[in-house]
Amino acid sequence: MMRFSYSRPQTVAQAAASLVADPSAQIIAGGTNLVDLMKYDVTRPGTVIDINGLDLRDIRVDGEGTLQLGALATNADTAYHPEVQSGWPLLSSAMLAAASPQLRNAATNGGNILQRTRCYYFYDPSTPCNKRRPGSGCGALHGVNRIHAILGESANCIAVHPSDMAVALAALDAVVTVEGPAGERQIPFDDFHRLPGDRPDLDNTMERGEIVTAISVPANGFGSHHTYLKLRDRQSYAFALVSVAAAIRLEGETIAELRVALGGVAHKPWRRKDVEAEFIGRPANRPTFEAFAQALMEGATGHGHNDFKLDLAPRAIVRALEQAHAGTPQNQAVKVVF
Amino acid sequence: MPEAAAPRAGTHTISLTIDGAQRSVTIDPWTTLLDLLRGPLGKTGTKKGCDHGQCGACTVLIDGKRINSCLTLAVLKDGAEITTIEGLATGDDLHPMQEAFIEHDAFQCGYCTPGQICSAVGLVNEGHAHSRHEIRELMSGNICRCGAYTNIVDAVQSVLGENQKAPTP
Repeated sequence: MMRFSYSRPQTVAQAAASLVADPSAQIIAGGTNLVDLMKYDVTRPGTVIDINGLDLRDIRVDGEGTLQLGALATNADTAYHPEVQSGWPLLSSAMLAAASPQLRNAATNGGNILQRTRCYYFYDPSTPCNKRRPGSGCGALHGVNRIHAILGESANCIAVHPSDMAVALAALDAVVTVEGPAGERQIPFDDFHRLPGDRPDLDNTMERGEIVTAISVPANGFGSHHTYLKLRDRQSYAFALVSVAAAIRLEGETIAELRVALGGVAHKPWRRKDVEAEFIGRPANRPTFEAFAQALMEGATGHGHNDFKLDLAPRAIVRALEQAHAGTPQNQAVKVVF
Repeated sequence: MPEAAAPRAGTHTISLTIDGAQRSVTIDPWTTLLDLLRGPLGKTGTKKGCDHGQCGACTVLIDGKRINSCLTLAVLKDGAEITTIEGLATGDDLHPMQEAFIEHDAFQCGYCTPGQICSAVGLVNEGHAHSRHEIRELMSGNICRCGAYTNIVDAVQSVLGENQKAPTP
């Protein structure tokens, strides 16, 4: 691993100031992604800023019923928290579908949504990658791309965001709180991650010097009609080829509210609120779910190896909506897909 | 007695409780916890497999919870209480999980075994596994190239005291 200097600020303001003062500095919390990337020489921070001394580990439900997750609470502590399991089971389920127990014990909530893509070309410094080295080209576009994007990609980058937690947070209308030199601001989850466009090196809309301090999730956690369906090459401990976070609110057998976010298909969790709105008032049945899946897949294109996702994704959406409708969420330990 | 050399610039002195013993060490910030354990501290019971958090051979317990020691920097763990495979036994009395791995023949070459056993102890501590399915899922961070998985699940299940041997899909 390359050499770097190390600092351990005691306040968010100190950490933010350190980030601004040293353009090569990077934040470390759980370290499960950054240490890996440093070992592969994908990222080379001159300074590593350890924020584990900051008081950002709280998990609580506030007076308005909003779930408030500290940026430094671990993924395991969050997913197994009794309030999260009872009020926001979709979030808990998605988090338990991710990584391994060892990684969930170390990885933090802030780090989870800031993790970098697992694109093979991003990870291999001997190949071109516009995300790792802007202007060098995209190795995946005409290379091996079976894990890559089918929606929202650009000619510069077809990488996907790897997080499961983020897919659930997108479906649940979460809000990210960031704090930096200009103070604190709230970023709606859909605005937090960005599509690659001509700047695939930028994963999100944070400004230099800003630090994620909290993630809040509104009171409506869709406790009864939800599922997180994750399809992958092996049944445990693998990134999604396609995943679906689905939640429905029913009035009788009519759709009163619908939320669907996809993982493994785009540079960010893929959600279309305009498409969801078109299906309010429709009967909650398979033809409706199939029509919704087709509408959500609008504009999808394959790149060769990942063409199978064009069939897999709509089928996964229909299956997930059937699970959510029936109130039988996917069990993340018993792998049978019903 | 020669005077102790002053720490090199850029190094950090941390103190850890490792397998019950207090240790103070001066390290470079890029030293992983795994490399600290296996190098300066001589705790070679903890294994380096993939060195990227994918195989679980380096699993240790920090404050009772399992993590991949290859993916954390030692400097982040100042003040932590760390248990490795070498700290599970009490004198000559093996930890019940170590006994169970022997009883159930839960290893072949043995390279992944320290990580498997630390992970299994963590699994029991964490209290989320109640069935064979859940044991399998919650041991998924530990790879065994010899394929001793069936017997590993038996060993973990025997310690958990679960007798509902659900059919394996």
